[in-house]
Amino acid sequence: MKSFSYERADSPAAAAAAAARVPGAKFIGGGTNLLDLMKLQIETPAHLIDVNDLGLDEIESTDDGGLRIGAGVRNTDLAADPRVRNDYAVLTRALVSGASGQLRNQATTAGNLLQRTRCPYFYDTNQRCNKRRPGSGCGALAGVSRQHAIVGSSDACIATHPSDMAVALRCLDAKVSTVRSDGTRREIPIEAFHRLPGDTPEREHDLAADELITAVTLPPPVGGTQLYRKVRDRASYAFALVSVAAIVHRDGRAQVALGGVAHKPWRVETAERELARGGDARTTAAALLAGARPTRDNAYKVTLVERTLAAVLAQARESGS
Amino acid sequence: MERFDPERRRVLKATAVAGSAVASAHLLLQAEAATASANATRLDTAATPHHDVRLRVNGTEHELRIDPRMTLLDTLRERLHLTGAKKGCDQGQCGACTVIVDGRRIASCLTLAVMQQGHEITTIEGLGTPRNLHALQAAFVKHDGFQCGFCTPGQICSATAMLQEIASGIPSHVTADLTRPPRSSILEFRERMSGNLCRCGAYSNIQQAIAEVAGVDADEIV
Ligand SMILES: Cc1cc2nc3c(=O)[nH]c(=O)nc-3n(C[C@H](O)[C@H](O)[C@H](O)COP(=O)(O)OP(=O)(O)OC[C@H]3O[C@@H](n4cnc5c(N)ncnc54)[C@H](O)[C@@H]3O)c2cc1C
Ligand code: SF4
Ligand code: FES
Ligand code: FES
Repeated sequence: MKSFSYERADSPAAAAAAAARVPGAKFIGGGTNLLDLMKLQIETPAHLIDVNDLGLDEIESTDDGGLRIGAGVRNTDLAADPRVRNDYAVLTRALVSGASGQLRNQATTAGNLLQRTRCPYFYDTNQRCNKRRPGSGCGALAGVSRQHAIVGSSDACIATHPSDMAVALRCLDAKVSTVRSDGTRREIPIEAFHRLPGDTPEREHDLAADELITAVTLPPPVGGTQLYRKVRDRASYAFALVSVAAIVHRDGRAQVALGGVAHKPWRVETAERELARGGDARTTAAALLAGARPTRDNAYKVTLVERTLAAVLAQARESGS
Repeated sequence: MERFDPERRRVLKATAVAGSAVASAHLLLQAEAATASANATRLDTAATPHHDVRLRVNGTEHELRIDPRMTLLDTLRERLHLTGAKKGCDQGQCGACTVIVDGRRIASCLTLAVMQQGHEITTIEGLGTPRNLHALQAAFVKHDGFQCGFCTPGQICSATAMLQEIASGIPSHVTADLTRPPRSSILEFRERMSGNLCRCGAYSNIQQAIAEVAGVDADEIV
Protein backbone atom coordinates (compact mmCIF):
# COMPACT_ATOMS: atom_id res chain seq x y z
CA MET A 1 0.00 0.00 0.00
CA LYS A 2 1.19 3.53 -0.75
CA SER A 3 1.44 5.71 2.29
CA PHE A 4 -1.40 8.08 3.10
CA SER A 5 -2.52 10.31 5.91
CA TYR A 6 -5.76 9.61 7.74
CA GLU A 7 -8.41 11.61 9.51
CA ARG A 8 -11.82 10.87 10.93
CA ALA A 9 -14.35 13.57 10.06
CA ASP A 10 -17.19 14.32 12.48
CA SER A 11 -19.70 16.01 10.17
CA PRO A 12 -20.58 15.95 6.45
CA ALA A 13 -19.35 19.56 6.15
CA ALA A 14 -16.01 18.67 7.76
CA ALA A 15 -15.60 15.64 5.48
CA ALA A 16 -16.30 17.66 2.32
CA ALA A 17 -13.97 20.45 3.53
CA ALA A 18 -11.17 17.97 4.16
CA ALA A 19 -11.61 16.56 0.65
CA ALA A 20 -11.34 20.06 -0.82
CA ARG A 21 -8.27 20.84 1.30
CA VAL A 22 -6.09 17.81 0.54
CA PRO A 23 -5.36 16.93 -3.10
CA GLY A 24 -5.77 13.21 -3.79
CA ALA A 25 -8.05 12.67 -0.78
CA LYS A 26 -10.72 9.95 -0.74
CA PHE A 27 -13.58 9.11 1.58
CA ILE A 28 -13.56 5.69 3.18
CA GLY A 29 -16.78 3.98 4.29
CA GLY A 30 -16.62 0.26 4.99
CA GLY A 31 -13.34 0.10 3.09
CA THR A 32 -14.20 -3.25 1.53
CA ASN A 33 -13.58 -2.05 -2.02
CA LEU A 34 -11.19 0.84 -1.49
CA LEU A 35 -8.70 -1.04 0.73
CA ASP A 36 -8.72 -4.01 -1.62
CA LEU A 37 -7.75 -1.71 -4.50
CA MET A 38 -5.23 0.21 -2.37
CA LYS A 39 -3.37 -2.98 -1.52
CA LEU A 40 -2.96 -3.55 -5.25
CA GLN A 41 -2.01 0.12 -5.74
CA ILE A 42 -4.86 0.50 -8.21
CA GLU A 43 -6.15 3.21 -5.89
CA THR A 44 -3.44 5.40 -4.33
CA PRO A 45 -5.14 8.13 -2.28
CA ALA A 46 -2.82 10.58 -0.50
CA HIS A 47 -5.31 11.10 2.29
CA LEU A 48 -8.22 9.08 3.68
CA ILE A 49 -11.23 10.72 5.23
CA ASP A 50 -13.11 8.28 7.42
CA VAL A 51 -16.84 8.94 6.97
CA ASN A 52 -18.09 6.45 9.55
CA ASP A 53 -18.75 9.11 12.19
CA LEU A 54 -20.91 11.58 10.27
CA GLY A 55 -24.27 10.63 11.74
CA LEU A 56 -25.42 9.36 8.33
CA ASP A 57 -26.52 5.95 9.54
CA GLU A 58 -30.26 6.46 9.90
CA ILE A 59 -33.14 5.35 7.65
CA GLU A 60 -35.93 7.91 7.89
CA SER A 61 -39.40 8.19 6.39
CA THR A 62 -39.79 11.26 4.17
CA ASP A 63 -42.76 13.65 4.17
CA ASP A 64 -44.13 12.22 0.92
CA GLY A 65 -44.05 8.66 2.29
CA GLY A 66 -40.71 7.61 0.81
CA LEU A 67 -37.53 6.60 2.58
CA ARG A 68 -34.28 8.47 3.08
CA ILE A 69 -31.33 6.11 3.55
CA GLY A 70 -28.21 7.61 5.13
CA ALA A 71 -25.02 7.13 3.09
CA GLY A 72 -23.41 5.29 5.98
CA VAL A 73 -26.20 2.74 6.55
CA ARG A 74 -24.68 -0.75 6.37
CA ASN A 75 -25.98 -3.10 3.69
CA THR A 76 -27.10 -5.53 6.43
CA ASP A 77 -29.18 -2.88 8.22
CA LEU A 78 -30.74 -1.63 5.00
CA ALA A 79 -31.72 -5.16 3.96
CA ALA A 80 -33.20 -5.90 7.40
CA ASP A 81 -35.20 -2.68 7.84
CA PRO A 82 -38.90 -3.63 8.12
CA ARG A 83 -39.98 -0.76 5.84
CA VAL A 84 -37.58 -1.94 3.14
CA ARG A 85 -38.60 -5.59 3.53
CA ASN A 86 -42.29 -4.76 3.27
CA ASP A 87 -42.39 -1.93 0.74
CA TYR A 88 -39.16 -2.20 -1.26
CA ALA A 89 -38.54 -5.95 -1.20
CA VAL A 90 -36.55 -5.80 -4.45
CA LEU A 91 -33.91 -3.82 -2.56
CA THR A 92 -33.67 -6.31 0.31
CA ARG A 93 -33.52 -9.17 -2.20
CA ALA A 94 -30.73 -7.49 -4.17
CA LEU A 95 -28.71 -6.64 -1.06
CA VAL A 96 -28.80 -10.10 0.47
CA SER A 97 -27.75 -11.65 -2.84
CA GLY A 98 -24.50 -9.66 -2.74
CA ALA A 99 -21.12 -10.44 -1.16
CA SER A 100 -21.09 -12.27 2.22
CA GLY A 101 -22.51 -11.71 5.70
CA GLN A 102 -19.20 -10.25 6.85
CA LEU A 103 -18.93 -7.82 3.93
CA ARG A 104 -22.56 -6.70 4.14
CA ASN A 105 -21.93 -5.78 7.79
CA GLN A 106 -19.11 -3.48 6.62
CA ALA A 107 -20.37 -2.14 3.29
CA THR A 108 -22.13 1.23 3.27
CA THR A 109 -24.84 2.53 0.93
CA ALA A 110 -22.54 5.12 -0.65
CA GLY A 111 -19.57 2.76 -0.91
CA ASN A 112 -21.71 0.12 -2.57
CA LEU A 113 -22.83 2.60 -5.25
CA LEU A 114 -19.25 3.66 -5.92
CA GLN A 115 -17.61 0.22 -5.90
CA ARG A 116 -15.46 -0.33 -8.96
CA THR A 117 -15.62 -3.03 -11.60
CA ARG A 118 -14.45 -6.60 -10.98
CA CYS A 119 -12.98 -6.90 -14.50
CA PRO A 120 -9.96 -9.18 -13.97
CA TYR A 121 -7.80 -7.06 -16.29
CA PHE A 122 -8.60 -4.00 -14.20
CA TYR A 123 -7.45 -5.93 -11.11
CA ASP A 124 -4.25 -7.28 -12.69
CA THR A 125 -1.81 -4.40 -12.88
CA ASN A 126 0.32 -6.28 -15.42
CA GLN A 127 -2.51 -6.09 -17.96
CA ARG A 128 -3.61 -3.30 -20.22
CA CYS A 129 -6.68 -1.47 -19.01
CA ASN A 130 -8.07 1.89 -20.14
CA LYS A 131 -9.97 2.28 -16.91
CA ARG A 132 -6.93 1.82 -14.70
CA ARG A 133 -4.39 3.42 -17.06
CA PRO A 134 -6.18 5.57 -19.67
CA GLY A 135 -4.84 4.98 -23.17
CA SER A 136 -3.15 1.66 -22.41
CA GLY A 137 -5.77 -0.43 -24.25
CA CYS A 138 -8.43 -2.88 -23.09
CA GLY A 139 -7.15 -6.29 -22.07
CA ALA A 140 -10.64 -7.75 -21.94
CA LEU A 141 -11.61 -6.85 -25.51
CA ALA A 142 -8.60 -8.78 -26.76
CA GLY A 143 -8.83 -11.44 -24.06
CA VAL A 144 -11.36 -13.41 -22.04
CA SER A 145 -14.60 -11.47 -21.73
CA ARG A 146 -17.09 -13.98 -20.38
CA GLN A 147 -18.13 -11.73 -17.47
CA HIS A 148 -18.23 -8.49 -19.41
CA ALA A 149 -20.84 -6.07 -20.73
CA ILE A 150 -23.07 -6.69 -23.72
CA VAL A 151 -24.82 -3.30 -23.91
CA GLY A 152 -23.70 0.30 -23.57
CA SER A 153 -20.06 -0.70 -23.91
CA SER A 154 -17.46 1.09 -26.03
CA ASP A 155 -14.29 0.23 -27.93
CA ALA A 156 -12.39 1.52 -24.91
CA CYS A 157 -14.05 -0.59 -22.20
CA ILE A 158 -16.54 -3.42 -21.81
CA ALA A 159 -16.57 -3.60 -18.00
CA THR A 160 -19.74 -4.11 -15.95
CA HIS A 161 -20.81 -2.40 -12.75
CA PRO A 162 -20.81 -5.11 -10.07
CA SER A 163 -23.37 -3.76 -7.58
CA ASP A 164 -26.59 -5.68 -6.97
CA MET A 165 -28.00 -2.91 -4.77
CA ALA A 166 -27.68 -0.34 -7.56
CA VAL A 167 -29.80 -2.48 -9.90
CA ALA A 168 -32.66 -2.49 -7.38
CA LEU A 169 -32.24 1.26 -6.80
CA ARG A 170 -32.54 1.82 -10.56
CA CYS A 171 -35.75 -0.17 -10.61
CA LEU A 172 -37.06 1.93 -7.69
CA ASP A 173 -36.13 5.34 -9.23
CA ALA A 174 -33.93 6.31 -6.28
CA LYS A 175 -32.13 9.65 -5.99
CA VAL A 176 -28.61 10.23 -4.66
CA SER A 177 -28.06 13.30 -2.44
CA THR A 178 -24.68 14.97 -2.19
CA VAL A 179 -23.01 17.96 -0.56
CA ARG A 180 -19.82 19.85 -1.49
CA SER A 181 -17.35 21.84 0.57
CA ASP A 182 -19.00 25.15 -0.42
CA GLY A 183 -22.30 23.81 0.93
CA THR A 184 -23.85 23.14 -2.52
CA ARG A 185 -26.28 20.25 -2.43
CA ARG A 186 -27.77 18.30 -5.31
CA GLU A 187 -29.98 15.30 -5.93
CA ILE A 188 -28.91 13.04 -8.77
CA PRO A 189 -31.48 10.62 -10.25
CA ILE A 190 -30.00 7.13 -10.18
CA GLU A 191 -30.24 6.81 -13.97
CA ALA A 192 -27.85 9.73 -14.31
CA PHE A 193 -25.52 8.68 -11.50
CA HIS A 194 -23.30 6.11 -13.23
CA ARG A 195 -21.72 6.86 -16.60
CA LEU A 196 -21.27 4.67 -19.64
CA PRO A 197 -17.60 4.09 -20.49
CA GLY A 198 -17.39 5.93 -23.84
CA ASP A 199 -13.84 7.25 -24.36
CA THR A 200 -13.32 7.90 -20.65
CA PRO A 201 -13.89 4.59 -18.81
CA GLU A 202 -11.79 5.93 -15.91
CA ARG A 203 -14.66 8.29 -15.08
CA GLU A 204 -17.49 6.26 -13.60
CA HIS A 205 -19.61 9.12 -12.22
CA ASP A 206 -19.73 12.92 -12.27
CA LEU A 207 -19.10 13.56 -8.58
CA ALA A 208 -16.54 16.27 -7.79
CA ALA A 209 -13.55 15.34 -5.63
CA ASP A 210 -15.06 17.16 -2.62
CA GLU A 211 -18.59 15.84 -3.22
CA LEU A 212 -19.82 13.62 -0.41
CA ILE A 213 -22.82 11.34 -0.80
CA THR A 214 -25.10 11.96 2.17
CA ALA A 215 -28.17 9.85 1.36
CA VAL A 216 -30.15 7.81 -1.13
CA THR A 217 -33.87 8.59 -1.28
CA LEU A 218 -36.62 6.23 -2.38
CA PRO A 219 -39.95 7.55 -3.67
CA PRO A 220 -43.17 6.39 -1.95
CA PRO A 221 -43.78 2.63 -2.28
CA VAL A 222 -45.21 1.50 -5.63
CA GLY A 223 -46.44 -1.93 -4.53
CA GLY A 224 -46.41 -4.76 -7.05
CA THR A 225 -44.55 -8.04 -6.81
CA GLN A 226 -40.88 -7.23 -6.25
CA LEU A 227 -38.26 -9.76 -7.28
CA TYR A 228 -34.51 -9.94 -7.77
CA ARG A 229 -33.06 -12.91 -9.57
CA LYS A 230 -29.29 -13.27 -9.80
CA VAL A 231 -27.62 -15.85 -12.04
CA ARG A 232 -24.00 -16.61 -11.13
CA ASP A 233 -21.33 -19.29 -11.26
CA ARG A 234 -22.02 -20.38 -7.65
CA ALA A 235 -25.29 -20.39 -5.71
CA SER A 236 -23.86 -17.87 -3.25
CA TYR A 237 -20.97 -15.41 -2.81
CA ALA A 238 -20.35 -14.63 -6.47
CA PHE A 239 -20.95 -11.62 -8.68
CA ALA A 240 -23.83 -11.66 -11.14
CA LEU A 241 -23.39 -12.93 -14.66
CA VAL A 242 -26.89 -11.57 -15.25
CA SER A 243 -29.41 -10.27 -12.75
CA VAL A 244 -32.98 -9.03 -13.14
CA ALA A 245 -34.66 -6.64 -10.72
CA ALA A 246 -38.37 -6.37 -11.37
CA ILE A 247 -41.50 -4.78 -9.95
CA VAL A 248 -44.48 -6.36 -11.65
CA HIS A 249 -47.97 -4.92 -11.28
CA ARG A 250 -51.33 -6.67 -11.62
CA ASP A 251 -52.26 -4.66 -14.71
CA GLY A 252 -49.17 -5.84 -16.60
CA ARG A 253 -47.07 -2.75 -16.06
CA ALA A 254 -43.57 -3.44 -14.78
CA GLN A 255 -40.27 -1.82 -13.95
CA VAL A 256 -37.29 -3.94 -14.97
CA ALA A 257 -33.56 -3.31 -14.52
CA LEU A 258 -30.67 -5.58 -15.43
CA GLY A 259 -27.36 -6.17 -13.68
CA GLY A 260 -24.23 -7.81 -15.05
CA VAL A 261 -24.77 -6.56 -18.59
CA ALA A 262 -23.50 -2.97 -18.65
CA HIS A 263 -21.27 -0.33 -17.08
CA LYS A 264 -24.32 0.76 -15.05
CA PRO A 265 -27.66 -0.75 -14.02
CA TRP A 266 -29.53 -1.20 -17.30
CA ARG A 267 -33.12 -0.05 -17.72
CA VAL A 268 -34.96 0.76 -20.96
CA GLU A 269 -38.34 2.50 -20.94
CA THR A 270 -39.43 1.14 -24.36
CA ALA A 271 -38.95 -2.39 -23.03
CA GLU A 272 -41.31 -1.62 -20.15
CA ARG A 273 -43.90 -0.26 -22.59
CA GLU A 274 -43.54 -3.49 -24.54
CA LEU A 275 -44.30 -5.48 -21.38
CA ALA A 276 -47.31 -3.30 -20.51
CA ARG A 277 -48.66 -3.96 -24.03
CA GLY A 278 -48.58 -7.66 -23.26
CA GLY A 279 -45.13 -8.43 -24.64
CA ASP A 280 -43.39 -11.60 -23.47
CA ALA A 281 -39.85 -12.20 -22.21
CA ARG A 282 -38.52 -12.59 -25.76
CA THR A 283 -39.79 -9.30 -27.15
CA THR A 284 -39.05 -7.46 -23.92
CA ALA A 285 -35.50 -8.80 -23.72
CA ALA A 286 -35.02 -7.79 -27.35
CA ALA A 287 -36.06 -4.24 -26.49
CA LEU A 288 -33.86 -4.21 -23.38
CA LEU A 289 -30.84 -5.36 -25.34
CA ALA A 290 -31.41 -3.36 -28.54
CA GLY A 291 -28.01 -2.45 -29.97
CA ALA A 292 -26.22 -5.10 -27.89
CA ARG A 293 -22.63 -5.80 -28.91
CA PRO A 294 -21.72 -9.05 -27.17
CA THR A 295 -18.30 -10.64 -27.63
CA ARG A 296 -17.85 -14.27 -28.60
CA ASP A 297 -17.27 -15.10 -24.92
CA ASN A 298 -20.35 -13.40 -23.52
CA ALA A 299 -22.96 -13.87 -26.26
CA TYR A 300 -24.57 -16.38 -23.88
CA LYS A 301 -25.72 -13.43 -21.77
CA VAL A 302 -28.20 -12.40 -24.47
CA THR A 303 -29.99 -15.72 -24.06
CA LEU A 304 -29.53 -15.65 -20.30
CA VAL A 305 -31.25 -12.27 -19.99
CA GLU A 306 -34.27 -13.55 -21.90
CA ARG A 307 -34.50 -16.73 -19.82
CA THR A 308 -33.95 -15.00 -16.49
CA LEU A 309 -36.59 -12.44 -17.37
CA ALA A 310 -38.99 -15.24 -18.35
CA ALA A 311 -38.39 -16.92 -14.99
CA VAL A 312 -38.98 -13.68 -13.11
CA LEU A 313 -42.21 -12.94 -14.99
CA ALA A 314 -43.45 -16.48 -14.35
CA GLN A 315 -42.63 -16.16 -10.67
CA ALA A 316 -44.47 -12.84 -10.50
CA ARG A 317 -47.56 -14.40 -12.10
CA GLU A 318 -47.40 -17.31 -9.66
CA SER A 319 -47.22 -15.07 -6.61
CA GLY A 320 -50.40 -13.46 -7.93
CA SER A 321 -49.37 -9.95 -8.81
CA MET B 1 -9.52 -42.24 18.14
CA GLU B 2 -7.04 -39.81 19.61
CA ARG B 3 -8.60 -37.52 22.18
CA PHE B 4 -8.56 -33.82 21.30
CA ASP B 5 -5.85 -32.08 23.24
CA PRO B 6 -5.90 -28.28 23.15
CA GLU B 7 -2.29 -28.30 24.42
CA ARG B 8 -1.14 -30.32 21.42
CA ARG B 9 0.26 -27.40 19.44
CA ARG B 10 2.35 -26.26 22.38
CA VAL B 11 3.61 -29.80 22.93
CA LEU B 12 4.57 -30.08 19.27
CA LYS B 13 6.51 -26.81 19.43
CA ALA B 14 8.37 -28.00 22.52
CA THR B 15 9.22 -31.28 20.80
CA ALA B 16 10.64 -29.42 17.84
CA VAL B 17 12.90 -27.43 20.14
CA ALA B 18 14.04 -30.44 22.12
CA GLY B 19 14.64 -32.45 18.97
CA SER B 20 17.07 -30.01 17.43
CA ALA B 21 20.63 -29.52 18.59
CA VAL B 22 20.85 -25.88 17.57
CA ALA B 23 17.33 -24.49 17.81
CA SER B 24 16.44 -22.77 21.02
CA ALA B 25 12.90 -21.72 21.88
CA HIS B 26 14.04 -18.18 21.27
CA LEU B 27 15.20 -18.89 17.71
CA LEU B 28 12.04 -20.77 16.93
CA LEU B 29 9.92 -17.84 18.01
CA GLN B 30 12.04 -15.50 15.90
CA ALA B 31 11.56 -17.72 12.89
CA GLU B 32 7.81 -17.71 13.47
CA ALA B 33 7.76 -13.95 13.73
CA ALA B 34 9.73 -13.63 10.49
CA THR B 35 7.29 -15.87 8.61
CA ALA B 36 4.39 -13.91 10.04
CA SER B 37 5.79 -10.54 8.91
CA ALA B 38 6.50 -11.90 5.46
CA ASN B 39 2.80 -12.66 5.23
CA ALA B 40 1.75 -9.21 6.40
CA THR B 41 0.67 -6.67 3.78
CA ARG B 42 3.77 -5.08 2.29
CA LEU B 43 3.94 -1.41 3.18
CA ASP B 44 5.66 1.20 1.10
CA THR B 45 8.74 2.42 2.96
CA ALA B 46 8.03 6.15 2.62
CA ALA B 47 7.45 7.72 6.01
CA THR B 48 3.81 7.88 7.07
CA PRO B 49 2.53 9.83 10.06
CA HIS B 50 1.72 7.29 12.74
CA HIS B 51 -1.37 7.32 14.91
CA ASP B 52 -1.80 6.62 18.58
CA VAL B 53 -4.80 4.35 18.85
CA ARG B 54 -6.64 2.58 21.62
CA LEU B 55 -8.03 -0.77 20.60
CA ARG B 56 -10.32 -2.80 22.81
CA VAL B 57 -9.78 -6.46 22.08
CA ASN B 58 -11.34 -9.32 24.03
CA GLY B 59 -12.08 -6.92 26.90
CA THR B 60 -8.55 -5.50 27.15
CA GLU B 61 -7.53 -1.97 26.10
CA HIS B 62 -4.34 -1.71 24.06
CA GLU B 63 -2.53 1.53 23.32
CA LEU B 64 -0.60 1.32 20.11
CA ARG B 65 1.30 3.64 17.81
CA ILE B 66 0.55 2.43 14.33
CA ASP B 67 0.99 3.19 10.67
CA PRO B 68 -2.50 4.02 9.31
CA ARG B 69 -1.94 1.39 6.60
CA MET B 70 -2.14 -1.42 9.14
CA THR B 71 -5.28 -3.47 8.63
CA LEU B 72 -7.09 -4.69 11.73
CA LEU B 73 -5.95 -8.22 10.82
CA ASP B 74 -2.24 -7.31 10.63
CA THR B 75 -2.51 -5.34 13.86
CA LEU B 76 -4.11 -8.22 15.72
CA ARG B 77 -1.55 -10.70 14.43
CA GLU B 78 1.66 -8.69 14.29
CA ARG B 79 1.25 -6.21 17.13
CA LEU B 80 -1.05 -7.92 19.60
CA HIS B 81 0.16 -11.44 18.73
CA LEU B 82 -3.40 -12.70 18.52
CA THR B 83 -2.72 -15.10 15.68
CA GLY B 84 -6.08 -16.89 15.76
CA ALA B 85 -7.51 -14.78 12.94
CA LYS B 86 -5.79 -15.98 9.78
CA LYS B 87 -4.76 -14.30 6.56
CA GLY B 88 -6.08 -16.48 3.78
CA CYS B 89 -6.54 -14.07 0.89
CA ASP B 90 -6.25 -10.51 2.28
CA GLN B 91 -9.02 -9.56 -0.19
CA GLY B 92 -12.27 -10.26 1.63
CA GLN B 93 -12.79 -13.47 -0.30
CA CYS B 94 -12.16 -16.31 2.17
CA GLY B 95 -13.39 -15.37 5.66
CA ALA B 96 -10.32 -16.76 7.48
CA CYS B 97 -9.78 -13.33 9.08
CA THR B 98 -13.33 -13.04 10.46
CA VAL B 99 -13.57 -11.32 13.84
CA ILE B 100 -16.55 -9.89 15.70
CA VAL B 101 -16.85 -6.12 16.15
CA ASP B 102 -19.68 -4.82 18.33
CA GLY B 103 -21.40 -8.18 17.96
CA ARG B 104 -21.08 -8.30 14.17
CA ARG B 105 -18.76 -10.42 12.08
CA ILE B 106 -16.47 -8.59 9.68
CA ALA B 107 -13.50 -9.37 7.45
CA SER B 108 -10.60 -7.90 9.45
CA CYS B 109 -8.37 -7.78 6.35
CA LEU B 110 -10.60 -5.11 4.77
CA THR B 111 -10.68 -2.58 7.56
CA LEU B 112 -7.96 -0.39 9.04
CA ALA B 113 -7.04 -0.59 12.72
CA VAL B 114 -7.34 3.22 12.96
CA MET B 115 -10.98 2.87 11.91
CA GLN B 116 -11.78 0.48 14.76
CA GLN B 117 -11.14 2.70 17.77
CA GLY B 118 -13.98 2.82 20.27
CA HIS B 119 -15.33 -0.55 19.17
CA GLU B 120 -15.47 -3.85 21.01
CA ILE B 121 -13.38 -6.37 19.07
CA THR B 122 -13.67 -10.09 19.77
CA THR B 123 -11.31 -12.63 18.25
CA ILE B 124 -11.34 -16.40 18.54
CA GLU B 125 -9.02 -16.01 21.56
CA GLY B 126 -11.81 -14.08 23.31
CA LEU B 127 -14.60 -16.53 22.52
CA GLY B 128 -13.33 -19.43 24.57
CA THR B 129 -10.19 -20.85 26.11
CA PRO B 130 -8.68 -24.33 25.79
CA ARG B 131 -10.02 -25.17 29.26
CA ASN B 132 -13.36 -23.46 28.71
CA LEU B 133 -14.39 -23.86 25.11
CA HIS B 134 -17.18 -21.85 23.51
CA ALA B 135 -20.14 -24.09 22.58
CA LEU B 136 -19.26 -23.83 18.88
CA GLN B 137 -15.60 -24.65 19.54
CA ALA B 138 -16.64 -27.76 21.44
CA ALA B 139 -19.06 -28.73 18.68
CA PHE B 140 -16.38 -28.28 15.99
CA VAL B 141 -14.14 -30.65 17.97
CA LYS B 142 -16.92 -33.16 18.48
CA HIS B 143 -17.98 -33.18 14.81
CA ASP B 144 -14.49 -32.92 13.30
CA GLY B 145 -15.39 -29.54 11.79
CA PHE B 146 -11.89 -29.11 10.36
CA GLN B 147 -8.88 -30.85 8.92
CA CYS B 148 -5.91 -28.44 8.76
CA GLY B 149 -7.69 -25.93 10.99
CA PHE B 150 -6.62 -22.83 9.07
CA CYS B 151 -10.14 -21.63 8.35
CA THR B 152 -11.49 -22.70 11.75
CA PRO B 153 -11.11 -19.52 13.85
CA GLY B 154 -12.87 -17.60 11.07
CA GLN B 155 -15.56 -20.25 10.75
CA ILE B 156 -16.27 -20.20 14.47
CA CYS B 157 -16.31 -16.40 14.83
CA SER B 158 -18.50 -16.23 11.74
CA ALA B 159 -20.90 -18.92 12.96
CA THR B 160 -21.21 -17.30 16.39
CA ALA B 161 -22.28 -13.98 14.92
CA MET B 162 -24.32 -15.67 12.19
CA LEU B 163 -26.57 -17.39 14.75
CA GLN B 164 -27.04 -14.00 16.38
CA GLU B 165 -28.01 -12.49 13.01
CA ILE B 166 -30.78 -15.07 12.61
CA ALA B 167 -31.91 -14.49 16.22
CA SER B 168 -32.15 -10.75 15.59
CA GLY B 169 -34.26 -11.27 12.47
CA ILE B 170 -31.82 -10.33 9.69
CA PRO B 171 -32.96 -11.95 6.42
CA SER B 172 -30.74 -13.82 3.95
CA HIS B 173 -30.84 -14.72 0.26
CA VAL B 174 -32.74 -17.94 1.07
CA THR B 175 -35.30 -16.41 3.46
CA ALA B 176 -38.52 -17.09 1.56
CA ASP B 177 -40.83 -14.71 3.39
CA LEU B 178 -39.31 -11.31 4.10
CA THR B 179 -42.27 -10.21 6.21
CA ARG B 180 -41.45 -12.78 8.91
CA PRO B 181 -38.32 -13.34 11.00
CA PRO B 182 -36.04 -15.99 9.46
CA ARG B 183 -35.98 -19.45 11.00
CA SER B 184 -32.80 -21.42 11.69
CA SER B 185 -32.35 -24.18 9.11
CA ILE B 186 -29.55 -25.99 7.32
CA LEU B 187 -30.38 -24.02 4.19
CA GLU B 188 -30.02 -20.72 6.10
CA PHE B 189 -26.71 -21.82 7.65
CA ARG B 190 -25.27 -22.84 4.29
CA GLU B 191 -26.17 -19.56 2.64
CA ARG B 192 -25.07 -17.42 5.57
CA MET B 193 -21.73 -19.21 5.97
CA SER B 194 -20.82 -18.89 2.26
CA GLY B 195 -18.31 -16.15 3.10
CA ASN B 196 -16.13 -18.71 4.90
CA LEU B 197 -14.25 -21.01 2.58
CA CYS B 198 -12.67 -24.27 3.72
CA ARG B 199 -9.93 -25.54 1.45
CA CYS B 200 -10.07 -28.92 3.19
CA GLY B 201 -13.78 -29.21 2.43
CA ALA B 202 -14.92 -29.85 6.00
CA TYR B 203 -18.23 -28.21 5.15
CA SER B 204 -20.59 -31.04 6.05
CA ASN B 205 -19.01 -31.45 9.50
CA ILE B 206 -19.00 -27.69 10.06
CA GLN B 207 -22.69 -27.73 9.19
CA GLN B 208 -23.32 -30.49 11.74
CA ALA B 209 -21.46 -28.59 14.45
CA ILE B 210 -23.46 -25.43 13.84
CA ALA B 211 -26.72 -27.37 13.63
CA GLU B 212 -26.07 -29.03 16.98
CA VAL B 213 -25.41 -25.72 18.72
CA ALA B 214 -28.49 -24.16 17.09
CA GLY B 215 -30.67 -27.16 17.93
CA VAL B 216 -31.50 -27.89 14.29
CA ASP B 217 -31.76 -31.37 12.77
CA ALA B 218 -28.54 -31.72 10.77
CA ASP B 219 -30.08 -34.31 8.46
CA GLU B 220 -32.85 -31.97 7.35
CA ILE B 221 -33.21 -32.17 3.56
CA VAL B 222 -32.00 -29.03 1.84
C1 LIG C 1 -15.20 -10.94 -1.99
C2 LIG C 1 -16.20 -9.87 -2.33
C3 LIG C 1 -17.41 -10.23 -2.91
C4 LIG C 1 -18.34 -9.26 -3.22
N1 LIG C 1 -19.51 -9.63 -3.82
C5 LIG C 1 -20.42 -8.68 -4.16
C6 LIG C 1 -21.64 -9.03 -4.81
O1 LIG C 1 -21.92 -10.20 -5.08
N2 LIG C 1 -22.51 -8.02 -5.12
C7 LIG C 1 -22.24 -6.72 -4.83
O2 LIG C 1 -23.07 -5.86 -5.13
N3 LIG C 1 -21.08 -6.36 -4.24
C8 LIG C 1 -20.18 -7.31 -3.90
N4 LIG C 1 -19.01 -6.94 -3.30
C9 LIG C 1 -18.68 -5.52 -3.21
C10 LIG C 1 -19.17 -4.84 -1.96
O3 LIG C 1 -20.57 -4.73 -2.03
C11 LIG C 1 -18.50 -3.47 -1.93
O4 LIG C 1 -17.14 -3.65 -1.67
C12 LIG C 1 -19.12 -2.55 -0.88
O5 LIG C 1 -20.47 -2.34 -1.12
C13 LIG C 1 -18.39 -1.23 -0.85
O6 LIG C 1 -18.88 -0.46 0.23
P1 LIG C 1 -17.85 0.17 1.30
O7 LIG C 1 -18.63 1.01 2.23
O8 LIG C 1 -17.00 -0.86 1.89
O9 LIG C 1 -17.01 1.10 0.30
P2 LIG C 1 -15.54 1.68 0.43
O10 LIG C 1 -14.57 0.65 0.03
O11 LIG C 1 -15.35 2.36 1.72
O12 LIG C 1 -15.61 2.82 -0.70
C14 LIG C 1 -15.86 2.55 -2.06
C15 LIG C 1 -15.81 3.88 -2.82
O13 LIG C 1 -16.85 4.74 -2.37
C16 LIG C 1 -16.32 6.00 -1.97
N5 LIG C 1 -17.16 6.48 -0.87
C17 LIG C 1 -17.47 5.83 0.29
N6 LIG C 1 -18.35 6.54 1.01
C18 LIG C 1 -18.61 7.69 0.30
C19 LIG C 1 -19.45 8.83 0.51
N7 LIG C 1 -20.22 8.95 1.60
N8 LIG C 1 -19.47 9.80 -0.44
C20 LIG C 1 -18.71 9.68 -1.56
N9 LIG C 1 -17.90 8.64 -1.80
C21 LIG C 1 -17.85 7.65 -0.89
C22 LIG C 1 -14.89 5.71 -1.57
O14 LIG C 1 -14.08 6.86 -1.69
C23 LIG C 1 -14.51 4.65 -2.58
O15 LIG C 1 -14.14 5.24 -3.80
C24 LIG C 1 -18.06 -7.89 -2.95
C25 LIG C 1 -16.87 -7.54 -2.35
C26 LIG C 1 -15.93 -8.50 -2.04
C27 LIG C 1 -14.65 -8.09 -1.40
S1 SF4 D 1 -13.08 -3.89 -19.87
FE1 SF4 D 1 -12.64 -1.86 -19.01
S2 SF4 D 1 -11.92 -2.39 -16.97
FE2 SF4 D 1 -11.70 -4.28 -18.17
S3 SF4 D 1 -9.65 -4.19 -19.15
FE3 SF4 D 1 -11.04 -3.24 -20.59
S4 SF4 D 1 -10.83 -1.08 -20.06
FE4 SF4 D 1 -10.11 -2.17 -18.27
S1 FES E 1 -8.06 -12.95 4.71
FE1 FES E 1 -9.75 -11.65 5.02
S2 FES E 1 -11.28 -12.63 3.85
FE2 FES E 1 -9.52 -13.78 3.34
S1 FES F 1 -9.94 -27.07 7.82
FE1 FES F 1 -8.40 -26.71 6.34
S2 FES F 1 -9.20 -24.98 5.33
FE2 FES F 1 -10.85 -25.53 6.58
